[in-house]
Amino acid sequence: MLKYAVGRLVMMLGILLGVLVVTFSISRVLPSSPIEVMLGHRPTPEQIEAVRISLGLDQPLLVQFFHYVVQVLQGDFGTSLRTGRPVLADVLSRMTATFELTLLAALLVGAIGIPLGVLLAVRRNTPVDFVGRTTTLAGASFPLFMIGMLLQMVFYGGLGRLLPLQGRIGSETLLDYPFPPTTGLYLIDSALAGQWPALVDAAAHLVLPVLTLAIASLAVITRFTRNTMLEVLNLDYIKTAWAFGVPDRRVYFRLALRPTLIPMLTIAGLTLGLMLGGSVIVESVFDWPGLGSYVVAAIAQNDYPAVMAVTLFLATLYLAINLVVDILYYVVDPRLRNAA
Amino acid sequence: MSAPGVPAAAPRRLAALGHFVADQPLFVLGAALLAVVAILAMLAPAIAPYAPNAIDFGEKLKQPGWDHLMGTDSLGRDIFSRVLFGTQTSLMIGVSVLVVSMAIGVPIGLAAGYFGGRVDSILMRVADVFLAFPPLLLPITITAMLGAGLFNAMMALAISWFPWYARIVRASVISIKSEAYISAARTLGLPTLRIILRHVLPNSYGPAIVQGSMDFGYAILATASLSFIGIGARPPAIEWGLMVAEARSTFLANWWTAASPGAAIFLTVLAANLVGDGLRDILDPRSVRRD
Repeated sequence: MLKYAVGRLVMMLGILLGVLVVTFSISRVLPSSPIEVMLGHRPTPEQIEAVRISLGLDQPLLVQFFHYVVQVLQGDFGTSLRTGRPVLADVLSRMTATFELTLLAALLVGAIGIPLGVLLAVRRNTPVDFVGRTTTLAGASFPLFMIGMLLQMVFYGGLGRLLPLQGRIGSETLLDYPFPPTTGLYLIDSALAGQWPALVDAAAHLVLPVLTLAIASLAVITRFTRNTMLEVLNLDYIKTAWAFGVPDRRVYFRLALRPTLIPMLTIAGLTLGLMLGGSVIVESVFDWPGLGSYVVAAIAQNDYPAVMAVTLFLATLYLAINLVVDILYYVVDPRLRNAA
Repeated sequence: MSAPGVPAAAPRRLAALGHFVADQPLFVLGAALLAVVAILAMLAPAIAPYAPNAIDFGEKLKQPGWDHLMGTDSLGRDIFSRVLFGTQTSLMIGVSVLVVSMAIGVPIGLAAGYFGGRVDSILMRVADVFLAFPPLLLPITITAMLGAGLFNAMMALAISWFPWYARIVRASVISIKSEAYISAARTLGLPTLRIILRHVLPNSYGPAIVQGSMDFGYAILATASLSFIGIGARPPAIEWGLMVAEARSTFLANWWTAASPGAAIFLTVLAANLVGDGLRDILDPRSVRRD
């Protein structure tokens, strides 16, 4: 177990080093060089040289990369050129907004998509399956931002401002019913402080972004669950069980369920990954103050320390999710355990 | 399959086509949709009633009607004409991203799969780094590096997606490498490059084609997303995602400004997905079929 986990961790660290090379190169190939961003238009050659030396840009690339890695390990991600604050502080303060959004959406997708996918597999080749497959294919083709705008049109435009258009909470609500940022998750913080109107408002602001993110991934997850479930149902021992007349319910819930745990883990990892990627678009549609909208704003203003930090952070998070999934494989799959 | 009394050649061919349509209705629908998109792209200059970038403030935000089939946007531009010209951009995006990412990924996959060993592990570790980013984050980051714009967004997608092709091709190369005809070619002393190009490649690109037909749609979808957040196509380019982005300030009161370009993206991507799904069934005999 430990050997396997350490092996995976070492592999992940190797990949992380590659990710660091990618994020490092952001600052080196960004169209407007950091010098230009810092000094504005037409700096004198002396100014340029001074900044080059102060940033260490006169050193060999390998040395620069080494310095970058050391800085990252010390938690120093530089100062945002846009907000003027340390990037780490910006990322930490916005991270929870993205977490609240993506976790709720992931739960929703898991709760609907996985049972739906199993249903389609069980009812394969029936009209239910055909409708399900066609709908999920259509769902996977629908642009994420269109889902969000469509929901805005219906719930804000059509139904007369039933739900808020954008943002995380009404600014007046926050003034009238303040709550301390204990966890950074508004639903939990407002409940802990007993500020019920704030809780209701935060929940109302969450509905549309969460729905958008969930609907977009639902199609992918349902299809994936259906196909992996079908593969399991096609295994020889399941066919044998049927041939011996084992009741359907026993086949599905006792015999087929255990081997599906492994692909289910893959699905869980995939869902979280889809959420992290999709959150960039959703946060842009709903003006959600998370990491996605932060990185989009940073790109627009060539704020390269912020772009580097968010990219590194999200990639690390995704790698960590995959590491957890890999380790859980080991827990549920006796074949891996016996091989080691 | 065929009925006993064998009919004449032409009706038989027609019957075979009928069988195919009945067997793969969604594939045929998708292929037909893609054909329509291609035809519209070619005929756009002839069909479009207005110049796609012609601004006419007197006609701004008109509802869909006979003068403007899909209405006009906030600058009075005819949305129907713009959607039509957008098909050209979208086809160009789909084809370019596909060609570039395959051109990088397929040779890498061939090399990794055929030579194995150290070549394989180095190439695949590089691919792992590219696959370590959540979907869409890497294209966003690379576009940020290259600078916003349609061409850069397409290149960013191609660079982000090539590892998928490398992996897919590598897997199928490994599965056919031990086949007798490859050993025979080697025993005969054929040059390695010739073996790879003439014998390995033709027998291993099937799964990559399936992936490619899906990615054709996803390239259009992802480029639209990049345009939507402001780092993809920029005016005066006519791109559906950019059209939706430009409609963000108007769509709540004027739904048609976002609806038509959004529907165009949806239908084109759906068509590509239907074709890809059908191709998987057709090319992969092991895939789970309707009994």
